[in-house]
Amino acid sequence: MIDDASDYHVERVDLGDGRAALRFAGELRFRQCFASWAEVRRLAQAPGRHVALDLSAIDHLDGAATALLLELRSELDRAGVTSEIVGAEGSVRAMLELYGAHPPRPSLQQPPAHIGAFDQIGRETLALFGESKGLDYIGDVVVAGMQALRRPRLMNWADVPKLMERAGADGLPIILMINFLVGLVTAFQAALQLKQFGANIFVADLVGLSITRELAPLMTAIIVAGRSGAAFSAELGTMRVSEEIDALRTLSLDPYQFLVFPRVVALVLVLPLLTILADLVGIAGGLLVAMLGLDLTANAYLIETQKALSLWDVSSGCLKTAAFGLNISLIACQRGLSTHGGAEGVGRATTSAVVTSLFAIVVVDAIFTVVFNALGM
Amino acid sequence: MIEVTDLTIGYDDTVVLEHLDFKVADGDVFAILGGSGSGKSTLLRHLIGLEQPMGGTIRVRNAPPRPESGAPPYGVLFQSGALFGSMTLFDNVALPLRKWTELDRRAIDTIVRSKLRLVGLEGFEHHLPAEISGGMKKRAGIARALALDAPLLFLDEPSAGLDPVTSVELDQLIATLNHSLRMTTVIVTHELASIFTIANDCIMVDRGARGIIARGNPAALRDGSDDPRVRAFFNRRPHAA
Repeated sequence: MIDDASDYHVERVDLGDGRAALRFAGELRFRQCFASWAEVRRLAQAPGRHVALDLSAIDHLDGAATALLLELRSELDRAGVTSEIVGAEGSVRAMLELYGAHPPRPSLQQPPAHIGAFDQIGRETLALFGESKGLDYIGDVVVAGMQALRRPRLMNWADVPKLMERAGADGLPIILMINFLVGLVTAFQAALQLKQFGANIFVADLVGLSITRELAPLMTAIIVAGRSGAAFSAELGTMRVSEEIDALRTLSLDPYQFLVFPRVVALVLVLPLLTILADLVGIAGGLLVAMLGLDLTANAYLIETQKALSLWDVSSGCLKTAAFGLNISLIACQRGLSTHGGAEGVGRATTSAVVTSLFAIVVVDAIFTVVFNALGM
Repeated sequence: MIEVTDLTIGYDDTVVLEHLDFKVADGDVFAILGGSGSGKSTLLRHLIGLEQPMGGTIRVRNAPPRPESGAPPYGVLFQSGALFGSMTLFDNVALPLRKWTELDRRAIDTIVRSKLRLVGLEGFEHHLPAEISGGMKKRAGIARALALDAPLLFLDEPSAGLDPVTSVELDQLIATLNHSLRMTTVIVTHELASIFTIANDCIMVDRGARGIIARGNPAALRDGSDDPRVRAFFNRRPHAA
């Protein structure tokens, strides 16, 4: 017999001839009865041919307790013990009818399989290199681009200034700060070496060239990929899962012309502008180290920088960042437009957009460097 | 069960409804009615403690709507179902049981399957929300709201998006739970058929009046209200403001 301190008790009464009754009384709520449910199951499964689950003294039966009772009856049936529920009246009977109305049905699909770490690495690698829809996407963009060139009014120009402001003006403080620090650190590291040879002044050459040709374009693109690339992907991904992209199509508005092109144009235009500002603050970072650590005058440093740099050094950096902008926007929009699976899908698309953009930036940068070197530029 | 006193609600500085006073008795199926944009769902969000009122008080079972610790005394169905997209239907329904009870895996399995069976979704345990229809998501949301057998159930537009048969089955389910468990239910709905079938008490809110314009038994309001806005609502006729 179980006499729970809360509100219910249960006892087994042997009726002879292999028959028994399990008599429940009180309020059968799953939170209270579960602690002793194993004991209830043991009582029910004691030797016998037939068990009656007597609920005539039950005042209240909640949904989960009903499910446990019905499962207990199924367990007895599986164990070869015939069973029945008796004495259920009123609301207790209604609950049993409600929960027992539908016969059990097997699952229509298997639970999601656990994916091991190595399996996951393999899948991600394949996804990175084997993006089968990437070519479709590039084809769609080119076709839509050709249409937009023939009829420029089809494109959504109105969003371009707003997007440039979001990607450019809003990100400017962090871009300036990072590039200033990069210029400062580069100058500091160079100064340690060049000081030994009395070549302090060449810090200006090193900082100027490395900032304008490599570091400022790269750092600016990385920050924009993290900020604007992620934002584009999340925005388009959310539009995709909430059927806004489908709504655009039903209005005969091409998502590429309406959503993708404004973002591409905005980033291609804004990244070179950001890079020029990044060049300036990077050189300013080097200047600060030169003045404070190398006893150079501002005038000498700036004249040396002017001598070291050509217009090509600055414009090649801008050319690179325009290409980076093209990559970031195309990748972010592609990931956004191919989002599926709700909030988790948006998260996946955003992560993928940033990681793929960073990878593409490094690859494109390497290509530019090799080509410029080969052409002697 | 629920006591609302001089409640004023809104967002930012905009008042949506003010000076609301009403009670929901134990075992009632209580409907919150009103036109689109009248503030019904905003009121529901306040009743479940997701928003702070601008003024007045809400007491749910003599306590604030959201308990400081422990499981809330209610289950909630949101308009969209609000299932967790990364979890299967089984895990969605099992989540409150795992969080708030000491049940073992076997018991949770039994209870979750019974809840899904109750809403006609047994067999779909291992589906993700993205793999099922909007109506099925809503039914799974109901199963999750019922997981803890809480004495109070809040339903935001439960019939919206369901086919007529499922909608009637849902009404029957609410009526049976109310009859069997005396489960108190607060329901925000536009469905007149549902209102007359299951609700025994209601309030009607109006954005223009910024408050309650009618209260009482829905059928009595339909047949006896002198307010043209109330008659327009129940008779599906546009009301000339």
